[in-house]
Amino acid sequence: MARRAVALTPDWTGWLAAALAAAGFLAPMGAVLWQAGQLWPTASDWSALRFTLCQAVISTVLSIALAVPVARALARRAFPGRGLLVTLLGAPFLLPVLVAVLGLLAVFGRSGVLNEVLRLSGLPTVSIYGLQGVVLAHVFFNLPLATRIILQGWQAIPAERFRVAEGLGFGPWAMARHLEWPMLRQVVPGAALLIFSLCLTSFAVALILGGGPKATTLELAIYQAFRFDFAPGRAAVLAVMQLALVGAAGLLALRFAGDVTGAAARGRVVQRWDLGTWGWDALLIGAAAVFLLAPLVAVVLKGAPEVVELPAAVWKAAGVSISVALAATVLTMALTTAIGLLAFRVPKLELVVLPGIALSPLVLGTGLFLLLYPVIAPDRVALAVTVMANTLAALPFALRLVLPHLRQAVADHGALAESLGIGPRVWLGRVLWPQVRRPFRFAAGLTAALSMGDLGVIALFADPDRATLPLQVMRLMGSYRTDDAAGAALVLLILSLGIFWIIDRGGRDA
Amino acid sequence: MLELERVLVVYPDYRLRATLKVPTGAHVAVVGPSGAGKSTFLAAIAGFETSEGRVLWDRQDLSGTRPGARPFSMLFQDNNLFPHLTAFENVALGISPSLRLTAAEKARVEAALARVGLTGFEARKPAQLSGGQQGRVAIARVLVQGRALILLDEPFAALGPALRAEMLELVRSTARESGATVLLVTHDLAEAARMPLMILVANGAAEPPADSAALLANPPEALKGWMG
Repeated sequence: MARRAVALTPDWTGWLAAALAAAGFLAPMGAVLWQAGQLWPTASDWSALRFTLCQAVISTVLSIALAVPVARALARRAFPGRGLLVTLLGAPFLLPVLVAVLGLLAVFGRSGVLNEVLRLSGLPTVSIYGLQGVVLAHVFFNLPLATRIILQGWQAIPAERFRVAEGLGFGPWAMARHLEWPMLRQVVPGAALLIFSLCLTSFAVALILGGGPKATTLELAIYQAFRFDFAPGRAAVLAVMQLALVGAAGLLALRFAGDVTGAAARGRVVQRWDLGTWGWDALLIGAAAVFLLAPLVAVVLKGAPEVVELPAAVWKAAGVSISVALAATVLTMALTTAIGLLAFRVPKLELVVLPGIALSPLVLGTGLFLLLYPVIAPDRVALAVTVMANTLAALPFALRLVLPHLRQAVADHGALAESLGIGPRVWLGRVLWPQVRRPFRFAAGLTAALSMGDLGVIALFADPDRATLPLQVMRLMGSYRTDDAAGAALVLLILSLGIFWIIDRGGRDA
Repeated sequence: MLELERVLVVYPDYRLRATLKVPTGAHVAVVGPSGAGKSTFLAAIAGFETSEGRVLWDRQDLSGTRPGARPFSMLFQDNNLFPHLTAFENVALGISPSLRLTAAEKARVEAALARVGLTGFEARKPAQLSGGQQGRVAIARVLVQGRALILLDEPFAALGPALRAEMLELVRSTARESGATVLLVTHDLAEAARMPLMILVANGAAEPPADSAALLANPPEALKGWMG
């Protein structure tokens, strides 16, 4: 292996970054375990565990069950706008949870479009709160994700195999049995476990649509233990339960891990001869598009008139959020670079972020709170802690996106660069960077967007004076200032998608 | 007899026309520069490629019928087998996609596997077979299909030259037994030279089959460039 040219940074920077990341994950985990000590869960803790599992199972099953036919329709049919729709399926990944929930409330809420229609037709109205609301929101987020992953599976079936099948005179049943079912058996377990893990750790959805003894998740129960009861011991016990649950699901998901971004789903439609009429396919694609777009359109329509008259606090919060997002992005990419530049000489170095898969945002928050509480009033460092939490949340993603490309670039060109005696500047600027630019900027954009929309740790540490935009939206909702909340949500949506677009775009040019 | 009447395949950047006849039982190599449309020519006969004009088999017009309803078996470069099915099942698909076979049909599958030298390998899946054995399974399936036309699109490309020649000889000897017509797309001149007839695809047209020896002795411009 080419050593001199390839070694851009001294080894200690990589080791330091790896140690910082490991400490960032392990210290809060240790604090939680220590605090929980001998305490034992109460009946309501167990009920939170049951609800967490129950909603996650239902959400996963529904997301997958709906995604399979939608992905099938998208895999079979070519139509104008298909590429755009597949791109849009990636949007919920970047969407701030609060924005989506506000959109869902506008469509399915008490005075939402659906209930207005039901009222006018003299039918009983439906409630979005409780289990059904939590499941609805989780399906909204995960149906598109599942669709992209499964669509990718469909498109990975070699085109020749469809020709062989047609040559053998396969009907729809033989097609399903010999081509589609074997693919689903490979792709669905990984997708399901990923979605299950995401549903276990989602916080903002349960915060707004759940609650009460019947619909409290572990994540929400941790928050309530802090905010309402101020019982760190109880929060720690809940956190340990969540840690075990999420860790187990994460390890299981890791075994099936595939490409979670579904980025390859944009290939062209394979030519097939067994299609028949559009019928169901059109209905499925149309329904999925409406389900996905209606809440987003609602956010834009409700928010647009309010934006000009938003209170100053909202703009201040927007400024705070931009700073937090940029800080988290710089920190994440700095750690990714330092670890990455060492990781192609130290195999498996990226395993230092493995503990991260067990840490849900509120468990991380609990741990950090327990660590800081004896030293400093947590609300005084709320923003710094938020930056740190967002960094730790994004780091595993960023490493997974960037590292394979970095390793590939070194494997392909390292020896050649060394033999040519290329200096570090040329090596970095002309060889390495052009090859990792796209995934690097994509990872940075993702980090910025997720950080911008994050409502997790900040809710726990809430500082009355310095709120991030998601927290500000939540406060406006809590005080029933619905119009201002709608306007602020639109600003949040624009900022999240905008920051992703600006950072990622540079990676696509040239 | 296979007849192509004023067949025309149109792409944004190129067209391919063909008017020609291939006698029943002939073994024909389809040759020409890469990118000239050899595979497109084969796909137009199979119906995988939409084309104008008429494709006839024994005077019966196939134009407009879907590939599954045309009387051919086809082998591709790769992915001829279904990875989740055993060798037996992969061959059995040639008789029934539902894999429900009568005892007589099962015997036919076993006989075909025996013919290609794979007795005892029935229960193996493609991943447990060598490249050559996978090719043999695909040939056994062509055998049980018993179609009158065998289309080969650069088959067994993953195999070495010697093994590929062996596979091809196996296909041709089974075709001789059944009287099937064979069309082979290849980029390998030595492989093509072993076929008695050649269809040259170049400059947007597929020429009628010509005697291979004569063609190679006095090659036209397009073939010269290809021969290097």
